[in-house]
Amino acid sequence: MMFYLFAAVAVVASLLVIAQRNPIYSVLLLIASFGALSGLYVLLEAPFVAVIQIIVYAGAIMVLFLFVVMLLNAPHEETDFDERTHPLLRPGAMRLGGLLAVALVMELVWALANAADPGRFGVERVISVAAIGKMLFTEYAFAFEVTSVLILVAMVGAVVLARKEEMR
Amino acid sequence: MTPLLIAQIALTLLVFVALLHSAAAMVWVERRLAALLQQRRGPTRVGWQGLLQPFADVIKLMFKEELRPKAADAFLFALAPIISATCAFAAFAVVPFGGTTTLLGLLPEGLRLQVADVNVAILVIFAISSMSVYGIVLAGWSSNSKYSLLGGLRSSAQMISYELSYGMALASVLLVATSAASAVPVDSMSLTGIVDGQAGTWAYVVPRWFVFIQPIGFLIFMTAGIAETNRAPFDFPEAEQELVAGYHTEYSSMSFAMFFLAEYVNMVTVSAVATDLFLGGWHGPFLPASLGWIWFLLKVAALLFFYVWMRWTLPRYRYDQLMRFGWKILLPVSVINLLVTAAGVLYFG
Repeated sequence: MMFYLFAAVAVVASLLVIAQRNPIYSVLLLIASFGALSGLYVLLEAPFVAVIQIIVYAGAIMVLFLFVVMLLNAPHEETDFDERTHPLLRPGAMRLGGLLAVALVMELVWALANAADPGRFGVERVISVAAIGKMLFTEYAFAFEVTSVLILVAMVGAVVLARKEEMR
Repeated sequence: MTPLLIAQIALTLLVFVALLHSAAAMVWVERRLAALLQQRRGPTRVGWQGLLQPFADVIKLMFKEELRPKAADAFLFALAPIISATCAFAAFAVVPFGGTTTLLGLLPEGLRLQVADVNVAILVIFAISSMSVYGIVLAGWSSNSKYSLLGGLRSSAQMISYELSYGMALASVLLVATSAASAVPVDSMSLTGIVDGQAGTWAYVVPRWFVFIQPIGFLIFMTAGIAETNRAPFDFPEAEQELVAGYHTEYSSMSFAMFFLAEYVNMVTVSAVATDLFLGGWHGPFLPASLGWIWFLLKVAALLFFYVWMRWTLPRYRYDQLMRFGWKILLPVSVINLLVTAAGVLYFG
C-alpha cells in the first residue's frame, strides 16, 4: 500500500519534472521525487540509504540547482524547434535522449531479470551503519578512494574555472 | 488499539502542543530578557508579568490581512512558510527527552519518552535541517522583492556553509559515544543510546557528560547551531538595517507567524539536541530516573537562555566576516577536532 503511494509520487513527480516549463518547479518536483524514493528505501528497511538520499540529493545538490536557476532567473524555458515535429526527428539532443532512454530500459530489464538474487547484499548489511562503513573501507575501499579523487578533481576544476579572469 | 499505542499517540500530540507553547513562551522570555539587559521593563501589561503577551500577538496576527505582492509566485509564496514550520516540528520527532516510563504502572510495558526511536536519528536531524533551507530560499525568491531575494540567498549560503561544521561536530560526538569513554558504547546513531552513554559520574563527582570530553565539539555545535537557526549574531537573512526584514519582508499575518514560529521551534530543537548529545540528556543527580525529564527541561532552558543572552550581547558580524569565519576557522577547527577525537578513540579504545 505504502509502496504504491511512494512509487506513484516518484513517477508522477519525475514525469512532471520534464513536463514543466518553469525550471524552479522542475527543481522542486525533482526534490519531491527524491523524497518519495527515500520513502521507498525506508520500506526496503534501509533507513541509512533513505536519510543519505535526503541529505545528499534533496538537501545539498538540489539547493545548488535551485541557486543556479534563481540566479540565472530564467522563468521560462526557450525552445528553438518547432513544437509540432515528432520528438525523434528533432535535432541532436533529442536523439541522445532517445539513446539514453533505450539504455535505461535495457538496464531496467536486466535488473528485473536478476531481481531474485540478492547477491552479497543481505538484509543485515544495509540496515546497520557500522556494516556499511566497514564494507566501504574494506571491500570497496578502492572505489571509495577513486570517487574521492574524482570529486577532488571536480573541485580543483571549479576553482580553476572561477579564477580564470584573475590569472590573465 | 493497545494502551501503548494510545499512549504513543498522546505523547506525539503532547510534544506538538508543547513545542507550540514553548515558542510562545520563548517570545515572552526573549522580550523580557532583552528588556532586562537594556534596563527596560518589556511587556508587562497583558496578564501577570505580561505572560499573555504572545497570545495577544498571535490573535493580532490572525486578524491581519494576508498580503501578497502582485508579481509574486502565488503557489510557492504560500508553500514556503509551510515548509519552514513543518521542518521545524519534524526535527523534534527523533529527539528523546526522558527514559522509559509506565505512567505509574498504567501501561503494560515501558513507554519511551520520544516520538520515534530511529537508529539513524542524528542523520535524520541533519537531513531535516538541510531541508529547512528550502523554506527560506523559496520565500525569498517567490516574494519577487530584492530584499527578500538577497535575504534568501544569504541564508542559504550561510546554512550550507555552517552545515559542514555542524555535521563534523555530530560525527565527533558519535565517535566518543562508540568508545570506552561512554558508559554504554553504542553501535547505532540512535540519540537514546548516546544519552544512555552519559549516565553516571566519574569519581563520584563529575557527570559523564560528553561536553567534558568534547568541549571544542560543543562550542562548534552551538556556534553552527546559532548560524543554522539564523539567530544573532548570525542573523543575516533578516539584517534589518540592510534588508528591511530579509526573506520574510513581504509576508504578513499568519504566514509571517509561521516563519516566526519556525525560528523559535528550531531554537528549542537545537537546544534539545545539544542537551542530548553533550549535556547528558535526562541524566542528573537528586531526582529519581522517572523524573529525569525535569533535568532535560532545565538543561534546555539554560541553553535557550544562552541563546537569548548571545543575541542581546553581541553585535551582528559583517557578511564576509561570517563566511570567512565559517570556512576558514570553524571548518578547519572542526576537522582537526574530529581527527584528534578519532586518534584518541583509536588509542584509548
